Amino acid sequence: MDGLGSRRLTIVTGHYGVGKTELAVNLALALAAEGTAPVMLADLDIVNPYFRSRERKPLLEEAGIQVIATSQACTDADVPAVPAEVLAMLEDRRVRGVIDAGGDPVGARVLARFRPKIAQEDYQLVYVLNANRPEVRTPEAATAYLRGIEQVTGLTCTGLVNNTHLCGETTAAEVRKGAALAEAVSHETGIPVLGHMAEARFAPELEGLTVFPIEVRMRKPWE
Amino acid sequence: MAKELWKGNEAIAEAAIRAGCDCFFGYPITPQSEVPEYMSVHLPAAGGVFVQSESEIAAVNMVYGAAGAGMRAMTSSSSPGISLKQEGITYLAASELPCVIVNCMRGGPGLGTIQPSQGDYYQATRGGGNGDYRTLVLAPSDIQETVDFVQEAFDIADQYRNPVVILCDGLIGQMMEPIEWRPVPKRDLPPKDWAACGRHGRDHHNIINSLYLDPESCEDLNQRLTAKYAEMSEKETRWSAVNCEDAELIITAYGTPARIALSAIDALRSEGWKVGLFRPITLWPFPEAALREAAGADCVRSILDIEMSSTGQMLDDVRLAVEGRRPIRYLGHAGGVMPTVEEIAEAARAALKGEK
Repeated sequence: MDGLGSRRLTIVTGHYGVGKTELAVNLALALAAEGTAPVMLADLDIVNPYFRSRERKPLLEEAGIQVIATSQACTDADVPAVPAEVLAMLEDRRVRGVIDAGGDPVGARVLARFRPKIAQEDYQLVYVLNANRPEVRTPEAATAYLRGIEQVTGLTCTGLVNNTHLCGETTAAEVRKGAALAEAVSHETGIPVLGHMAEARFAPELEGLTVFPIEVRMRKPWE
Repeated sequence: MAKELWKGNEAIAEAAIRAGCDCFFGYPITPQSEVPEYMSVHLPAAGGVFVQSESEIAAVNMVYGAAGAGMRAMTSSSSPGISLKQEGITYLAASELPCVIVNCMRGGPGLGTIQPSQGDYYQATRGGGNGDYRTLVLAPSDIQETVDFVQEAFDIADQYRNPVVILCDGLIGQMMEPIEWRPVPKRDLPPKDWAACGRHGRDHHNIINSLYLDPESCEDLNQRLTAKYAEMSEKETRWSAVNCEDAELIITAYGTPARIALSAIDALRSEGWKVGLFRPITLWPFPEAALREAAGADCVRSILDIEMSSTGQMLDDVRLAVEGRRPIRYLGHAGGVMPTVEEIAEAARAALKGEK
Protein backbone atom coordinates (compact mmCIF):
# COMPACT_ATOMS: atom_id res chain seq x y z
CA MET A 1 0.00 0.00 0.00
CA ASP A 2 1.04 3.61 -0.67
CA GLY A 3 2.53 5.64 2.13
CA LEU A 4 2.06 9.37 2.39
CA GLY A 5 4.51 10.99 -0.02
CA SER A 6 5.56 7.71 -1.61
CA ARG A 7 4.70 8.90 -5.12
CA ARG A 8 6.64 11.51 -7.08
CA LEU A 9 3.80 14.02 -6.73
CA THR A 10 1.52 14.51 -3.75
CA ILE A 11 -1.56 16.64 -4.35
CA VAL A 12 -3.22 17.87 -1.17
CA THR A 13 -6.95 18.63 -1.27
CA GLY A 14 -9.81 18.91 1.19
CA HIS A 15 -12.50 21.13 2.69
CA TYR A 16 -11.62 24.65 3.88
CA GLY A 17 -9.63 24.71 7.08
CA VAL A 18 -8.96 21.00 7.48
CA GLY A 19 -5.22 21.63 7.51
CA LYS A 20 -4.09 21.09 3.92
CA THR A 21 -1.36 23.70 4.17
CA GLU A 22 -0.05 22.28 7.42
CA LEU A 23 0.24 18.89 5.67
CA ALA A 24 1.80 20.33 2.51
CA VAL A 25 4.45 22.30 4.41
CA ASN A 26 5.30 19.42 6.76
CA LEU A 27 5.39 16.89 3.93
CA ALA A 28 7.67 19.04 1.79
CA LEU A 29 10.03 19.46 4.75
CA ALA A 30 9.98 15.70 5.40
CA LEU A 31 10.74 14.95 1.74
CA ALA A 32 13.56 17.49 1.75
CA ALA A 33 14.98 15.89 4.89
CA GLU A 34 15.10 12.53 3.06
CA GLY A 35 17.39 14.25 0.58
CA THR A 36 16.75 11.77 -2.23
CA ALA A 37 15.61 14.34 -4.81
CA PRO A 38 15.02 18.04 -5.25
CA VAL A 39 11.71 19.05 -3.66
CA MET A 40 9.24 21.64 -4.89
CA LEU A 41 6.11 22.90 -3.20
CA ALA A 42 3.44 24.56 -5.33
CA ASP A 43 1.01 26.79 -3.46
CA LEU A 44 -2.02 26.82 -5.73
CA ASP A 45 -4.38 28.21 -3.11
CA ILE A 46 -6.43 30.83 -4.93
CA VAL A 47 -9.12 30.86 -2.25
CA ASN A 48 -7.52 31.85 1.05
CA PRO A 49 -6.00 35.28 1.58
CA TYR A 50 -4.15 34.33 4.80
CA PHE A 51 -2.38 31.25 6.22
CA ARG A 52 -1.00 30.06 2.89
CA SER A 53 2.10 27.93 2.45
CA ARG A 54 3.86 30.76 0.59
CA GLU A 55 3.98 32.57 3.97
CA ARG A 56 6.49 29.90 5.04
CA LYS A 57 8.70 30.45 2.01
CA PRO A 58 11.82 31.43 4.02
CA LEU A 59 11.56 28.27 6.14
CA LEU A 60 10.96 26.11 3.09
CA GLU A 61 13.74 27.66 1.05
CA GLU A 62 16.15 27.27 3.94
CA ALA A 63 15.37 23.55 3.76
CA GLY A 64 16.24 23.64 0.05
CA ILE A 65 12.64 23.49 -1.17
CA GLN A 66 11.68 25.50 -4.21
CA VAL A 67 8.39 27.29 -3.55
CA ILE A 68 6.14 27.97 -6.51
CA ALA A 69 3.38 30.43 -5.69
CA THR A 70 0.87 32.75 -7.26
CA SER A 71 2.27 36.18 -8.07
CA GLN A 72 5.65 35.75 -6.46
CA ALA A 73 6.18 39.49 -6.21
CA CYS A 74 2.91 39.94 -4.38
CA THR A 75 2.69 37.27 -1.67
CA ASP A 76 -0.04 38.98 0.30
CA ALA A 77 -2.48 39.64 -2.52
CA ASP A 78 -5.44 37.52 -3.53
CA VAL A 79 -4.67 37.31 -7.21
CA PRO A 80 -6.29 34.17 -8.64
CA ALA A 81 -3.46 33.47 -11.07
CA VAL A 82 -1.54 30.23 -11.39
CA PRO A 83 2.20 30.49 -12.12
CA ALA A 84 3.64 28.76 -15.17
CA GLU A 85 6.45 27.31 -13.02
CA VAL A 86 4.06 24.59 -11.88
CA LEU A 87 4.82 22.87 -15.16
CA ALA A 88 8.46 22.52 -14.13
CA MET A 89 7.35 20.37 -11.19
CA LEU A 90 5.00 18.33 -13.33
CA GLU A 91 7.45 17.75 -16.19
CA ASP A 92 10.79 17.35 -14.45
CA ARG A 93 10.70 13.75 -13.24
CA ARG A 94 13.78 14.20 -11.05
CA VAL A 95 11.68 16.43 -8.78
CA ARG A 96 9.47 15.34 -5.89
CA GLY A 97 6.56 17.70 -5.68
CA VAL A 98 3.86 18.69 -3.23
CA ILE A 99 0.85 20.63 -4.51
CA ASP A 100 -1.17 22.59 -1.94
CA ALA A 101 -4.57 23.22 -3.51
CA GLY A 102 -7.21 25.61 -2.21
CA GLY A 103 -10.18 24.40 -0.19
CA ASP A 104 -13.27 22.65 -1.51
CA PRO A 105 -14.07 21.92 -5.16
CA VAL A 106 -13.77 25.70 -5.76
CA GLY A 107 -10.13 25.76 -4.69
CA ALA A 108 -9.28 22.42 -6.32
CA ARG A 109 -10.57 23.66 -9.68
CA VAL A 110 -7.12 24.99 -10.63
CA LEU A 111 -5.92 21.38 -10.76
CA ALA A 112 -8.26 20.66 -13.69
CA ARG A 113 -6.05 22.70 -15.99
CA PHE A 114 -3.10 20.40 -15.19
CA ARG A 115 -5.08 17.16 -15.26
CA PRO A 116 -3.63 15.85 -18.57
CA LYS A 117 -0.10 16.39 -17.25
CA ILE A 118 -0.78 15.05 -13.75
CA ALA A 119 -2.53 11.96 -15.09
CA GLN A 120 0.72 10.91 -16.88
CA GLU A 121 2.78 11.19 -13.71
CA ASP A 122 3.35 9.03 -10.65
CA TYR A 123 1.06 10.85 -8.23
CA GLN A 124 -1.19 10.52 -5.25
CA LEU A 125 -4.17 12.76 -4.64
CA VAL A 126 -4.68 13.10 -0.93
CA TYR A 127 -7.94 14.15 0.70
CA VAL A 128 -7.47 15.63 4.18
CA LEU A 129 -10.13 14.98 6.82
CA ASN A 130 -10.82 16.88 10.01
CA ALA A 131 -13.65 15.62 12.20
CA ASN A 132 -13.81 18.94 14.07
CA ARG A 133 -14.79 20.91 10.99
CA PRO A 134 -18.57 21.11 11.22
CA GLU A 135 -19.27 20.85 7.50
CA VAL A 136 -17.28 17.63 6.98
CA ARG A 137 -17.64 15.88 10.31
CA THR A 138 -19.87 13.06 9.06
CA PRO A 139 -18.72 10.36 6.62
CA GLU A 140 -21.52 11.38 4.23
CA ALA A 141 -20.54 15.08 4.19
CA ALA A 142 -16.81 14.33 3.98
CA THR A 143 -17.43 11.94 1.09
CA ALA A 144 -19.62 14.47 -0.72
CA TYR A 145 -16.82 17.07 -0.69
CA LEU A 146 -14.33 14.39 -1.79
CA ARG A 147 -16.52 13.49 -4.78
CA GLY A 148 -16.98 17.17 -5.58
CA ILE A 149 -13.22 17.65 -5.71
CA GLU A 150 -12.83 14.60 -7.95
CA GLN A 151 -15.50 15.97 -10.28
CA VAL A 152 -13.99 19.40 -10.81
CA THR A 153 -10.39 18.15 -11.07
CA GLY A 154 -11.08 15.09 -13.20
CA LEU A 155 -8.63 13.23 -10.93
CA THR A 156 -9.24 10.30 -8.61
CA CYS A 157 -8.50 10.51 -4.93
CA THR A 158 -5.99 7.84 -3.94
CA GLY A 159 -5.58 8.33 -0.22
CA LEU A 160 -7.12 9.81 2.94
CA VAL A 161 -5.18 11.67 5.64
CA ASN A 162 -6.71 12.38 9.05
CA ASN A 163 -5.81 15.79 10.46
CA THR A 164 -8.32 16.11 13.28
CA HIS A 165 -7.15 18.67 15.81
CA LEU A 166 -8.29 21.58 18.00
CA CYS A 167 -5.24 23.84 17.61
CA GLY A 168 -3.63 24.21 21.05
CA GLU A 169 -6.37 22.12 22.69
CA THR A 170 -5.66 18.96 20.67
CA THR A 171 -5.54 15.63 22.47
CA ALA A 172 -4.85 12.09 21.29
CA ALA A 173 -8.58 11.43 21.68
CA GLU A 174 -9.26 14.07 19.01
CA VAL A 175 -6.89 12.29 16.61
CA ARG A 176 -8.64 8.99 17.32
CA LYS A 177 -12.04 10.59 16.72
CA GLY A 178 -10.74 11.62 13.30
CA ALA A 179 -9.33 8.14 12.72
CA ALA A 180 -12.85 6.74 13.13
CA LEU A 181 -14.15 9.24 10.56
CA ALA A 182 -11.32 8.34 8.18
CA GLU A 183 -12.11 4.63 8.55
CA ALA A 184 -15.78 5.28 7.83
CA VAL A 185 -14.98 7.31 4.71
CA SER A 186 -12.49 4.64 3.64
CA HIS A 187 -15.11 1.93 4.14
CA GLU A 188 -17.63 3.85 2.05
CA THR A 189 -15.26 4.81 -0.78
CA GLY A 190 -12.63 2.07 -0.83
CA ILE A 191 -9.92 4.75 -0.62
CA PRO A 192 -7.14 3.76 1.80
CA VAL A 193 -6.20 5.79 4.88
CA LEU A 194 -2.57 6.83 4.40
CA GLY A 195 -1.98 8.21 7.85
CA HIS A 196 -2.85 10.46 10.73
CA MET A 197 -1.22 13.84 11.27
CA ALA A 198 -0.24 14.58 14.83
CA GLU A 199 2.44 16.44 16.68
CA ALA A 200 5.19 14.00 17.61
CA ARG A 201 4.34 14.34 21.33
CA PHE A 202 1.06 12.46 20.75
CA ALA A 203 2.68 9.47 19.04
CA PRO A 204 3.01 7.34 22.22
CA GLU A 205 -0.75 7.64 22.75
CA LEU A 206 -1.59 6.71 19.17
CA GLU A 207 -0.38 3.14 19.04
CA GLY A 208 -1.91 1.19 16.18
CA LEU A 209 -2.24 4.26 13.95
CA THR A 210 0.14 5.25 11.16
CA VAL A 211 1.22 8.64 12.48
CA PHE A 212 2.72 11.28 10.21
CA PRO A 213 4.52 13.40 12.79
CA ILE A 214 4.23 17.12 12.23
CA GLU A 215 5.44 20.30 13.76
CA VAL A 216 2.84 23.08 13.67
CA ARG A 217 4.20 25.53 11.10
CA MET A 218 1.16 27.73 10.42
CA ARG A 219 1.20 29.46 13.78
CA LYS A 220 -0.73 32.54 14.83
CA PRO A 221 1.17 35.69 15.75
CA TRP A 222 0.82 35.14 19.51
CA GLU A 223 1.83 31.46 19.43
CA MET B 1 -20.78 20.67 24.35
CA ALA B 2 -17.84 19.42 22.30
CA LYS B 3 -15.61 22.02 20.74
CA GLU B 4 -15.56 22.52 17.00
CA LEU B 5 -12.99 24.07 14.72
CA TRP B 6 -14.34 27.17 12.98
CA LYS B 7 -12.93 29.79 10.67
CA GLY B 8 -13.77 33.25 12.04
CA ASN B 9 -15.87 34.47 9.14
CA GLU B 10 -17.91 31.26 8.91
CA ALA B 11 -18.44 31.39 12.67
CA ILE B 12 -19.70 35.00 12.43
CA ALA B 13 -22.29 33.93 9.86
CA GLU B 14 -23.34 30.84 11.80
CA ALA B 15 -23.63 32.87 15.02
CA ALA B 16 -25.93 35.34 13.28
CA ILE B 17 -28.13 32.52 12.01
CA ARG B 18 -28.32 31.05 15.52
CA ALA B 19 -29.26 34.51 16.85
CA GLY B 20 -32.28 34.57 14.56
CA CYS B 21 -30.90 36.78 11.80
CA ASP B 22 -33.72 37.01 9.23
CA CYS B 23 -31.93 38.83 6.45
CA PHE B 24 -28.35 39.26 5.28
CA PHE B 25 -27.35 41.72 2.60
CA GLY B 26 -23.74 41.89 1.55
CA TYR B 27 -21.10 42.12 -1.09
CA PRO B 28 -17.83 40.19 -1.24
CA ILE B 29 -14.56 41.79 -0.19
CA THR B 30 -11.43 40.14 1.18
CA PRO B 31 -10.90 39.29 4.04
CA GLN B 32 -14.60 38.88 4.97
CA SER B 33 -16.00 37.13 1.90
CA GLU B 34 -16.65 33.87 3.75
CA VAL B 35 -19.40 35.66 5.71
CA PRO B 36 -21.67 36.21 2.68
CA GLU B 37 -20.47 32.91 1.17
CA TYR B 38 -21.58 30.95 4.24
CA MET B 39 -24.77 32.99 4.53
CA SER B 40 -25.67 32.34 0.90
CA VAL B 41 -25.82 28.60 1.60
CA HIS B 42 -27.02 28.39 5.18
CA LEU B 43 -29.31 31.39 5.79
CA PRO B 44 -31.93 30.45 3.16
CA ALA B 45 -31.82 26.88 4.49
CA ALA B 46 -32.69 28.29 7.93
CA GLY B 47 -35.65 30.17 6.48
CA GLY B 48 -33.92 33.55 6.11
CA VAL B 49 -33.18 35.78 3.16
CA PHE B 50 -29.74 36.25 1.59
CA VAL B 51 -29.13 38.88 -1.06
CA GLN B 52 -25.79 39.55 -2.69
CA SER B 53 -26.45 43.18 -3.47
CA GLU B 54 -25.02 45.12 -6.40
CA SER B 55 -22.87 47.20 -4.06
CA GLU B 56 -22.11 47.86 -0.41
CA ILE B 57 -24.32 50.95 -0.54
CA ALA B 58 -27.24 48.88 -1.75
CA ALA B 59 -26.58 46.28 0.97
CA VAL B 60 -26.74 48.76 3.83
CA ASN B 61 -29.90 50.33 2.44
CA MET B 62 -31.48 46.88 2.17
CA VAL B 63 -30.64 46.51 5.85
CA TYR B 64 -32.50 49.81 6.43
CA GLY B 65 -35.56 48.44 4.68
CA ALA B 66 -35.55 45.06 6.39
CA ALA B 67 -34.80 46.48 9.85
CA GLY B 68 -37.53 49.08 9.31
CA ALA B 69 -39.95 46.24 8.67
CA GLY B 70 -38.96 44.64 11.98
CA MET B 71 -36.58 41.99 10.65
CA ARG B 72 -33.30 41.04 12.28
CA ALA B 73 -30.95 42.30 9.60
CA MET B 74 -27.21 42.17 9.13
CA THR B 75 -24.51 43.23 6.72
CA SER B 76 -20.76 42.69 6.74
CA SER B 77 -17.81 44.00 4.84
CA SER B 78 -14.18 45.01 5.19
CA SER B 79 -12.77 48.50 5.57
CA PRO B 80 -13.24 50.08 2.10
CA GLY B 81 -16.68 48.48 1.87
CA ILE B 82 -17.59 49.79 5.32
CA SER B 83 -16.63 53.28 4.12
CA LEU B 84 -19.26 52.95 1.43
CA LYS B 85 -21.86 51.99 4.04
CA GLN B 86 -21.36 55.08 6.21
CA GLU B 87 -24.25 57.06 4.76
CA GLY B 88 -26.57 54.13 5.40
CA ILE B 89 -25.29 53.74 8.96
CA THR B 90 -26.08 57.34 9.92
CA TYR B 91 -29.56 56.89 8.42
CA LEU B 92 -30.01 53.67 10.42
CA ALA B 93 -28.88 55.42 13.61
CA ALA B 94 -31.12 58.43 12.93
CA SER B 95 -34.13 56.22 12.25
CA GLU B 96 -33.29 54.14 15.33
CA LEU B 97 -33.17 50.89 13.42
CA PRO B 98 -31.57 47.87 15.07
CA CYS B 99 -29.07 45.94 12.94
CA VAL B 100 -25.69 44.25 13.12
CA ILE B 101 -22.76 45.43 11.00
CA VAL B 102 -19.54 43.42 10.87
CA ASN B 103 -16.29 45.07 9.82
CA CYS B 104 -13.42 42.67 9.26
CA MET B 105 -10.73 45.35 9.00
CA ARG B 106 -7.95 45.33 6.42
CA GLY B 107 -5.05 47.65 5.80
CA GLY B 108 -5.81 51.17 4.60
CA PRO B 109 -6.12 53.99 3.80
CA GLY B 110 -7.84 53.68 0.44
CA LEU B 111 -7.87 50.18 -0.98
CA GLY B 112 -4.83 49.40 1.17
CA THR B 113 -4.06 45.71 1.56
CA ILE B 114 -6.05 42.58 2.32
CA GLN B 115 -3.99 41.90 5.44
CA PRO B 116 -5.32 42.65 8.97
CA SER B 117 -5.47 46.15 10.38
CA GLN B 118 -7.25 48.36 12.92
CA GLY B 119 -7.37 51.60 11.01
CA ASP B 120 -11.15 51.98 11.26
CA TYR B 121 -11.38 52.75 14.98
CA TYR B 122 -12.28 56.39 14.40
CA GLN B 123 -14.79 55.44 11.72
CA ALA B 124 -16.51 52.91 14.00
CA THR B 125 -16.49 54.92 17.24
CA ARG B 126 -16.88 58.48 15.94
CA GLY B 127 -19.21 57.66 13.09
CA GLY B 128 -18.02 57.91 9.50
CA GLY B 129 -21.41 59.31 8.57
CA ASN B 130 -22.75 62.77 9.23
CA GLY B 131 -24.47 64.08 12.31
CA ASP B 132 -24.41 63.26 16.00
CA TYR B 133 -24.79 59.54 16.36
CA ARG B 134 -23.08 56.58 17.95
CA THR B 135 -23.01 52.88 17.18
CA LEU B 136 -22.21 50.40 19.92
CA VAL B 137 -18.90 48.79 18.92
CA LEU B 138 -17.90 45.35 20.18
CA ALA B 139 -14.26 44.33 19.61
CA PRO B 140 -13.69 40.60 20.12
CA SER B 141 -10.18 39.24 20.35
CA ASP B 142 -10.80 35.56 19.64
CA ILE B 143 -13.35 33.51 17.73
CA GLN B 144 -15.22 32.37 20.85
CA GLU B 145 -15.84 35.97 21.82
CA THR B 146 -16.74 36.81 18.25
CA VAL B 147 -19.53 34.23 18.06
CA ASP B 148 -20.79 35.17 21.53
CA PHE B 149 -20.80 38.88 20.66
CA VAL B 150 -22.48 38.42 17.28
CA GLN B 151 -25.33 36.57 18.99
CA GLU B 152 -25.61 39.18 21.74
CA ALA B 153 -25.35 42.03 19.24
CA PHE B 154 -28.79 41.31 17.79
CA ASP B 155 -30.35 41.61 21.26
CA ILE B 156 -28.40 44.77 22.11
CA ALA B 157 -29.45 46.30 18.79
CA ASP B 158 -33.11 45.45 19.43
CA GLN B 159 -33.00 46.66 23.01
CA TYR B 160 -31.70 50.12 22.11
CA ARG B 161 -33.02 50.31 18.54
CA ASN B 162 -29.50 51.11 17.44
CA PRO B 163 -26.93 49.68 15.00
CA VAL B 164 -24.28 47.50 16.66
CA VAL B 165 -20.88 47.12 15.02
CA ILE B 166 -18.67 44.05 15.44
CA LEU B 167 -15.20 45.40 14.79
CA CYS B 168 -12.67 42.67 14.18
CA ASP B 169 -9.51 42.57 12.15
CA GLY B 170 -8.88 40.35 9.17
CA LEU B 171 -6.95 37.80 11.21
CA ILE B 172 -10.00 37.02 13.34
CA GLY B 173 -12.03 36.53 10.18
CA GLN B 174 -9.47 34.28 8.54
CA MET B 175 -8.01 32.19 11.35
CA MET B 176 -9.24 28.85 12.67
CA GLU B 177 -9.94 28.23 16.35
CA PRO B 178 -11.81 25.78 18.52
CA ILE B 179 -15.06 27.19 19.86
CA GLU B 180 -18.16 25.93 21.58
CA TRP B 181 -21.71 27.05 20.99
CA ARG B 182 -22.59 28.14 24.48
CA PRO B 183 -25.73 30.00 25.50
CA VAL B 184 -25.36 33.77 25.45
CA PRO B 185 -27.37 36.03 27.78
CA LYS B 186 -30.83 36.70 26.35
CA ARG B 187 -32.55 39.99 27.04
CA ASP B 188 -36.18 40.89 27.57
CA LEU B 189 -36.83 42.81 24.43
CA PRO B 190 -39.56 45.35 23.79
CA PRO B 191 -42.04 44.52 21.00
CA LYS B 192 -41.21 46.08 17.64
CA ASP B 193 -44.45 48.05 17.63
CA TRP B 194 -42.69 50.80 15.70
CA ALA B 195 -41.94 48.61 12.66
CA ALA B 196 -43.41 49.48 9.28
CA CYS B 197 -44.86 46.06 8.54
CA GLY B 198 -48.61 46.65 8.30
CA ARG B 199 -51.09 48.68 10.30
CA HIS B 200 -52.44 45.79 12.41
CA GLY B 201 -55.47 47.78 13.57
CA ARG B 202 -53.48 50.78 14.83
CA ASP B 203 -54.88 54.27 14.33
CA HIS B 204 -51.69 55.42 12.62
CA HIS B 205 -49.10 54.30 10.13
CA ASN B 206 -45.62 53.58 11.40
CA ILE B 207 -43.18 55.68 9.43
CA ILE B 208 -39.42 55.10 9.32
CA ASN B 209 -37.68 58.34 8.53
CA SER B 210 -34.62 60.45 9.26
CA LEU B 211 -35.74 63.70 7.65
CA TYR B 212 -36.95 66.41 10.05
CA LEU B 213 -37.54 69.72 8.31
CA ASP B 214 -38.57 71.41 11.51
CA PRO B 215 -35.44 72.27 13.53
CA GLU B 216 -37.12 71.77 16.90
CA SER B 217 -38.26 68.29 15.89
CA CYS B 218 -34.76 67.45 14.71
CA GLU B 219 -33.32 68.70 17.98
CA ASP B 220 -35.86 66.53 19.83
CA LEU B 221 -34.54 63.53 17.93
CA ASN B 222 -30.99 64.50 18.83
CA GLN B 223 -31.84 64.88 22.51
CA ARG B 224 -33.60 61.53 22.52
CA LEU B 225 -30.58 59.88 20.89
CA THR B 226 -28.22 61.58 23.33
CA ALA B 227 -30.20 60.24 26.28
CA LYS B 228 -30.14 56.78 24.72
CA TYR B 229 -26.38 56.94 24.20
CA ALA B 230 -25.93 57.97 27.83
CA GLU B 231 -27.93 54.93 28.92
CA MET B 232 -25.86 52.69 26.65
CA SER B 233 -22.67 54.16 28.12
CA GLU B 234 -23.91 53.48 31.61
CA LYS B 235 -25.10 49.92 31.02
CA GLU B 236 -23.14 48.42 28.15
CA THR B 237 -19.50 49.37 28.70
CA ARG B 238 -17.18 46.34 28.78
CA TRP B 239 -13.48 45.74 29.27
CA SER B 240 -11.06 43.11 30.47
CA ALA B 241 -8.12 43.74 32.81
CA VAL B 242 -5.43 41.08 33.15
CA ASN B 243 -2.53 41.30 35.61
CA CYS B 244 -3.24 44.99 36.25
CA GLU B 245 -3.39 44.70 40.07
CA ASP B 246 0.35 45.14 40.59
CA ALA B 247 1.31 46.38 37.13
CA GLU B 248 3.94 49.07 36.73
CA LEU B 249 3.15 49.19 33.03
CA ILE B 250 -0.34 48.80 31.59
CA ILE B 251 -0.62 47.84 27.94
CA THR B 252 -3.82 49.02 26.27
CA ALA B 253 -4.84 47.06 23.18
CA TYR B 254 -7.93 45.49 21.61
CA GLY B 255 -8.55 42.63 19.19
CA THR B 256 -5.56 40.71 17.82
CA PRO B 257 -2.84 43.00 19.27
CA ALA B 258 -4.33 42.37 22.75
CA ARG B 259 -3.85 38.66 22.13
CA ILE B 260 -0.25 39.16 21.06
CA ALA B 261 0.29 41.44 24.08
CA LEU B 262 -0.87 38.67 26.43
CA SER B 263 1.88 36.38 25.13
CA ALA B 264 4.37 39.21 25.60
CA ILE B 265 3.08 39.80 29.14
CA ASP B 266 3.59 36.11 29.98
CA ALA B 267 7.19 36.38 28.81
CA LEU B 268 7.74 39.69 30.62
CA ARG B 269 6.25 38.39 33.87
CA SER B 270 8.60 35.40 33.75
CA GLU B 271 11.48 37.90 33.53
CA GLY B 272 10.10 39.74 36.56
CA TRP B 273 8.56 42.75 34.77
CA LYS B 274 5.19 43.75 36.21
CA VAL B 275 3.06 44.33 33.14
CA GLY B 276 -0.71 44.11 32.73
CA LEU B 277 -3.23 44.37 29.92
CA PHE B 278 -6.27 46.64 29.84
CA ARG B 279 -8.42 45.58 26.90
CA PRO B 280 -11.46 47.65 25.95
CA ILE B 281 -14.16 45.27 24.71
CA THR B 282 -16.67 47.96 23.81
CA LEU B 283 -14.78 50.63 21.89
CA TRP B 284 -17.87 52.79 22.08
CA PRO B 285 -18.85 53.20 24.82
CA PHE B 286 -15.15 53.33 25.73
CA PRO B 287 -14.39 52.08 29.27
CA GLU B 288 -13.07 55.48 30.23
CA ALA B 289 -13.74 55.38 33.96
CA ALA B 290 -12.35 51.86 34.34
CA LEU B 291 -9.15 52.73 32.50
CA ARG B 292 -8.80 55.96 34.50
CA GLU B 293 -9.01 53.95 37.70
CA ALA B 294 -6.60 51.23 36.54
CA ALA B 295 -4.07 53.75 35.23
CA GLY B 296 -4.35 55.87 38.37
CA ALA B 297 -3.27 53.07 40.71
CA ASP B 298 -0.12 53.91 42.67
CA CYS B 299 1.86 51.01 41.16
CA VAL B 300 1.35 52.18 37.56
CA ARG B 301 4.24 54.18 36.12
CA SER B 302 3.30 54.34 32.47
CA ILE B 303 0.94 53.18 29.72
CA LEU B 304 1.81 51.54 26.39
CA ASP B 305 -0.91 51.63 23.74
CA ILE B 306 -0.62 49.11 20.91
CA GLU B 307 -2.75 49.13 17.77
CA MET B 308 -2.57 48.02 14.17
CA SER B 309 -2.71 51.66 13.14
CA SER B 310 0.17 53.93 12.16
CA THR B 311 -1.07 57.09 13.83
CA GLY B 312 -2.84 55.54 16.81
CA GLN B 313 -6.60 55.98 16.99
CA MET B 314 -7.77 54.37 20.24
CA LEU B 315 -4.78 56.28 21.61
CA ASP B 316 -7.01 59.38 21.73
CA ASP B 317 -9.48 57.63 24.03
CA VAL B 318 -6.66 56.27 26.17
CA ARG B 319 -5.32 59.82 26.57
CA LEU B 320 -8.76 61.16 27.45
CA ALA B 321 -9.17 58.45 30.08
CA VAL B 322 -5.68 58.79 31.58
CA GLU B 323 -6.00 62.60 31.70
CA GLY B 324 -2.25 63.17 31.54
CA ARG B 325 -1.63 61.42 34.86
CA ARG B 326 0.78 58.91 33.38
CA PRO B 327 3.09 59.06 30.36
CA ILE B 328 1.67 57.16 27.38
CA ARG B 329 3.82 55.47 24.76
CA TYR B 330 2.60 54.14 21.45
CA LEU B 331 3.55 51.12 19.33
CA GLY B 332 1.72 50.84 16.04
CA HIS B 333 1.88 49.02 12.74
CA ALA B 334 -0.37 49.60 9.80
CA GLY B 335 -1.05 48.41 6.30
CA GLY B 336 -1.39 44.78 7.27
CA VAL B 337 1.69 44.34 9.45
CA MET B 338 1.07 42.87 12.90
CA PRO B 339 3.16 43.55 16.01
CA THR B 340 5.26 40.62 17.21
CA VAL B 341 5.46 39.24 20.74
CA GLU B 342 9.14 40.17 21.01
CA GLU B 343 8.56 43.68 19.69
CA ILE B 344 5.88 44.31 22.32
CA ALA B 345 8.10 42.88 25.05
CA GLU B 346 10.94 45.14 23.94
CA ALA B 347 8.72 48.23 23.93
CA ALA B 348 7.46 47.31 27.41
CA ARG B 349 11.00 46.85 28.76
CA ALA B 350 12.03 50.19 27.26
CA ALA B 351 9.05 51.92 28.87
CA LEU B 352 9.84 50.43 32.27
CA LYS B 353 13.52 51.36 31.99
CA GLY B 354 12.48 54.87 30.98
CA GLU B 355 14.37 54.64 27.69
CA LYS B 356 13.33 56.79 24.77
